Amino acid sequence: MNDTMGRYRTVIGHRLFWPAAVLVVMLAANTIYRPGFLSIELKDGHLYGTPIDILRLSAPLILVALGMTLVISTGGIDLSVGSLCAISGAIACMYISKQPDQNSLGVVLTALAMALGVSLVLGAWNGVLVAVIGIQPIIATLILMVAGRGLAQLITEGQIITINSEPYRAIGLGHMLTLPLAIFIALAAALLVAAFTRRTALGMIIESVGGNAEASRLAGIRSGRIVFLVYVLSAGCAAIAGFMMTANVSSADGNAAGLWVELDAILAVVIGGTSLAGGRFFLSGTIIGALIIQTLTTTVYAMDISPQTSLLFKAVVVIAVCLIQAPAFRARFARRRRNAPPPATIADKPKEQVPA
Amino acid sequence: MTDSRPVLTMTGISKSFPGVRALHNVNFRLFPGEVHALMGENGAGKSTLIKVLTGVYDTDEGVITLDDEPVSFSGPMQATAAGVSTVFQEVNLCTNLSVAENIFIGREPRLLGAVRWGEVRRRARALLTRLDLDLDVSAPLGSYSLAIQQMVAIARAIDIQARVLILDEPTSSLDAGEVAQLFRIMRQLRDEGIAILFVTHFLDQVYEIADRITVLRNGGLVGEYPTAELPQLSLVEKMIGKELDVLEGIEEHSRRDLAALEEGTPLVAVSNFGRAGAVEPFSLTIHAGEVVGLAGLLGSGRTEVARLLFGADRTDGGQVAVDGASSSLRTPAQAIDHGVGFCSENRRAEGIVADLSVRENIILAMQAARGWLRPIPRRRQDELVDKYIKALNIRPADPEVPVRNLSGGNQQKVLLARWLITEPRLLILDEPTRGIDIGAKTEIQKLVTQLSDGGMAVLFISAELEEVLRLSHKVAVMRDRQMVAQLANDDTLDADRIMQTIASGSHREEADR
Repeated sequence: MNDTMGRYRTVIGHRLFWPAAVLVVMLAANTIYRPGFLSIELKDGHLYGTPIDILRLSAPLILVALGMTLVISTGGIDLSVGSLCAISGAIACMYISKQPDQNSLGVVLTALAMALGVSLVLGAWNGVLVAVIGIQPIIATLILMVAGRGLAQLITEGQIITINSEPYRAIGLGHMLTLPLAIFIALAAALLVAAFTRRTALGMIIESVGGNAEASRLAGIRSGRIVFLVYVLSAGCAAIAGFMMTANVSSADGNAAGLWVELDAILAVVIGGTSLAGGRFFLSGTIIGALIIQTLTTTVYAMDISPQTSLLFKAVVVIAVCLIQAPAFRARFARRRRNAPPPATIADKPKEQVPA
Repeated sequence: MTDSRPVLTMTGISKSFPGVRALHNVNFRLFPGEVHALMGENGAGKSTLIKVLTGVYDTDEGVITLDDEPVSFSGPMQATAAGVSTVFQEVNLCTNLSVAENIFIGREPRLLGAVRWGEVRRRARALLTRLDLDLDVSAPLGSYSLAIQQMVAIARAIDIQARVLILDEPTSSLDAGEVAQLFRIMRQLRDEGIAILFVTHFLDQVYEIADRITVLRNGGLVGEYPTAELPQLSLVEKMIGKELDVLEGIEEHSRRDLAALEEGTPLVAVSNFGRAGAVEPFSLTIHAGEVVGLAGLLGSGRTEVARLLFGADRTDGGQVAVDGASSSLRTPAQAIDHGVGFCSENRRAEGIVADLSVRENIILAMQAARGWLRPIPRRRQDELVDKYIKALNIRPADPEVPVRNLSGGNQQKVLLARWLITEPRLLILDEPTRGIDIGAKTEIQKLVTQLSDGGMAVLFISAELEEVLRLSHKVAVMRDRQMVAQLANDDTLDADRIMQTIASGSHREEADR
């Protein structure tokens, strides 16, 4: 009995329990509403179905959120990721559109390298503003968030650049082993970031800087370099997400690509259990958070919720998720139940009341 | 006193944290008009008991009554409203707000919803006058010393019609004069019928002011005694739980020939180090195996000297030579490269990273020195961490517990371990024994002796002259942000002479109060 209770507590207490539970509940609700929701079928060697769509569509968000997790863990925030998605997509599409043979793999790889390079430089710009000059992260990255949209417009000369490149399109819509390629890209990025932070001491040092910057400095951590690095990493992740977004539609729109993705990414990080105040970060939680957000978007479409109310619906679900996650809220809730008859501690004992 | 009814009782209190059983079936009572000392070693559960009482933590088991009514506070605010006010160990005030705002924050006198600032200031001044403090109530609290901040915290606590006043280590950052002032206030409040719960590590203070003593050990209750019936030695025995040979255990530090130690190239020699507004330029040499004590009153610039030597603050000028070669100590990372380690006195803000585990906190400095690309292999981490958890007797002995769950003294040991594994050549210890119990204090003093015998240089900062005298080969004396003397610790040096040095030239007489 005690052992069962103990195990039950361990499961409930696990930091991934509540996000995972929410995800399961959402999938279940969808299945009840539309029994075919979870069905997957094999067509032309590719798997199709709503779950696959959710995974594929959440890939860019997962990428952006991975970088955002590290930034938030240092106690910062990166608002410029949406603009970076637009810039990287614009550069890649612009370069490809100017080439005679858009289907050449070499052309696409050159385009990707160029766009990634520029994005990393812009990430370094964020890093310098925050780590060297010492501007507050929310302001420092706001600069690129606003200016970056203009930059993307400038690159595309205010047009929507349409390309016709099979290799580039594959980033968003291609398949591998019956599954969308985007899923593998996101997965690879997640594993790479995990290895990069947890196989080295980078993860611990990021958490240390985010948890107590002054103590970290006095322990000899050159925190400026670490902070600089996470903004560069975040920009890199955003750039790849930008490729996916533009590849999905084979066109680059400086205005629309990656619009508001920074907010979704922050949300995914928070749902995943990483505190906005910095400190401990949880990559697996972030991924579940991103999946929750994408499932929610899909749900809104699948349940035919009218566009007028869909944002409100999303907001309500998000608030619920955050509240369920918050230890303070759960504690209060639990206490209220326990304390139903006011001086509970005394009342409970002699009467052996049923614990709620 | 004992014939009246207790104003507050705690019965059968138990509280656990993940991996730590902080309190087990503890009883406690408090009568009106008494000063009741709560004693125990680090991790005995004193702070936890107070936090349970004031509702910072829920109890797992047990009953608290106030005036015979069972109570369960949801937090310090509610406890305060019910007449149970607390001044916590670490001052929890907002240094950027004014003194008056700090006293009244959260319960400002209002008229139609608007704060009556004139009233706030007037009442703040009246309160502080009662405490004999002459402060500008409109000045930001941060412009005053930690000691004054502590007094403001007490002023905040007694303003409300408090019947129970809890003082958790209020004296740990006060000098003798300020302690006397505090005790005067405490007696005054006691005579008004307020019950005062007093936590301290200073035995003398307990015997000076407390009427009764409750002793905790390892989260359990040892007993409750009238102060008059509990000799000092028995008290210490009850706290430590074993015959007290530890205290006598530290023999006088072999007062080795300073001249012999100071032969050869100094490990670190700084000249004309200083920083405007912090400390006047000073010169100091430290040799391998030498313990240099830094004595002086609170705010005399002791910490500032340490911070300059570690590169935590930058010196305005001057030179530094490490092993005779010209060098620089401009950042902590640079100092660490030269083999310097620094345990800050402010362990919560500048020491531990509360989120991280004991293991991660211990390896932090070593890992930082290696760079993040070369992680310390996990097996080596575990070896090192286990070794120092054992050697320093860190409780609980679980490396994966978040360090926030440890008591203050154990956090201090974690910090020591952090530096010891880097095998520093010069270890700067800023008040390493402040706010920790005798057992741990003795352990740390012994450790300093051992380390210096092993060839490590130590810069030892402490407000307790006896401790400085016992450990140091050489004592540098600070007064008013100047290093006024460097005295060899030979047979002629004693606490009186250091005090004279501190006092000489100074027109104030706080030293001999």
